[in-house]
Amino acid sequence: MAEPPAPPAFPGLSPEERRLVDALRARDEYAFMELTDRYQASLVRVAMMYVGSRAVAEDVAAETWLGVLRGIDGFQGRSSLRTWIFRILTNTAKTRAQRERRSIPFASLGDGDDGPAVDPDRFLPPGDPAAGAWASPPRGWDDLPEAALLSAETRSVIDAAIDQLPPTQREVIRLRDVEGFSSGEVRALLELSETNQRVLLHRARSKVRAALERYLSEDTA
Amino acid sequence: MSVHIAPIACRELVELITDYLEGALSAEQHARFENHIAGCDGCTAYLEQMRETIRLTGRLREQQISPDAWVELLHAFRGWAST
Repeated sequence: MAEPPAPPAFPGLSPEERRLVDALRARDEYAFMELTDRYQASLVRVAMMYVGSRAVAEDVAAETWLGVLRGIDGFQGRSSLRTWIFRILTNTAKTRAQRERRSIPFASLGDGDDGPAVDPDRFLPPGDPAAGAWASPPRGWDDLPEAALLSAETRSVIDAAIDQLPPTQREVIRLRDVEGFSSGEVRALLELSETNQRVLLHRARSKVRAALERYLSEDTA
Repeated sequence: MSVHIAPIACRELVELITDYLEGALSAEQHARFENHIAGCDGCTAYLEQMRETIRLTGRLREQQISPDAWVELLHAFRGWAST
C-alpha cells in the first residue's frame, strides 16, 4: 500500500503555527486577522526601537505584513513563524532607519560590559569583616499597593529606564520582557550567543530594577 | 559525605541573579546561590524586586491597535489574496 507523500518538514513550527501557515496559504482572511491581532501591536513597539516615530513604526509594520504575505508561499518553516515575522520586521526597520540616517543598534559585547548591577557603595567595603555584604539592603515591595506598582507613572519610569539603555540591551529586554520572547528566539533574531544574550539581559534588568527602586522608595519615603 | 559549599557575598550574588532566573547556573553555583538566599533578607528582597521588575516590564505590552491600521491591513490582505 502506497504511503501518502510526506508533508514538507516545518521543524520550527508548532502545530498551531502550522495551522496558521496553511490557512494563510489558502488565503484565509481570518487567519490573517488572527495573526495581525496577535502581533501588530508588538511589531509596532519593536519597530519603534529602530525608527523615530510611531507613524513610521506603523508604516514599517504594514510593510512587514506585506513581506509576510509575499513570502508565506515560500516560507520553509526552519524558524518559528513568529521569529520569521520579526526578522522581516527588523530587516525592514533597519533599512528604513538607514534611509532616515538614524543609528541602528548592533549587537556587540561591549554593550554588555558596563559596570556592576548594583552601586558598589551599597555593600560593605573590602577590609570590613563582612566585606561584600549589604550595607544598605533593598527592602521588599510587597507592602506597596498593587495600584502604585501598576500605575501609569510606574510604567513610564520603566519605559524611560529602558530607553536610556545601550541599544542592544534595549533590544534584548524589550524582546524578552516586554514582548515575551524566549531566549532562543532573541538569540536567533539578534544573532547573539547564549552568554551574550544573558549578559545583556542582566545589565538591562539590573538597571531597570535600580530605576524602579529609586522611584518607589522616593514615593514612599 | 558532606560537601563544603563556599560562601558567596551579596555583592557577587546580585550578579548571578539573571543566570539563576534563566536556569544557567551549574549545580554547584545553584546550591551556593540558594544557600545564601535562605539566610539573607537583603538578597531575598533583591531577588523579589528583580522578579517584580520583570513582571512590571511585561505590563508595557498592553496597547491597542489603531482602527486605521486594521482597515489598511485588511485592505492589503485582500489585494494580495486576489492576485
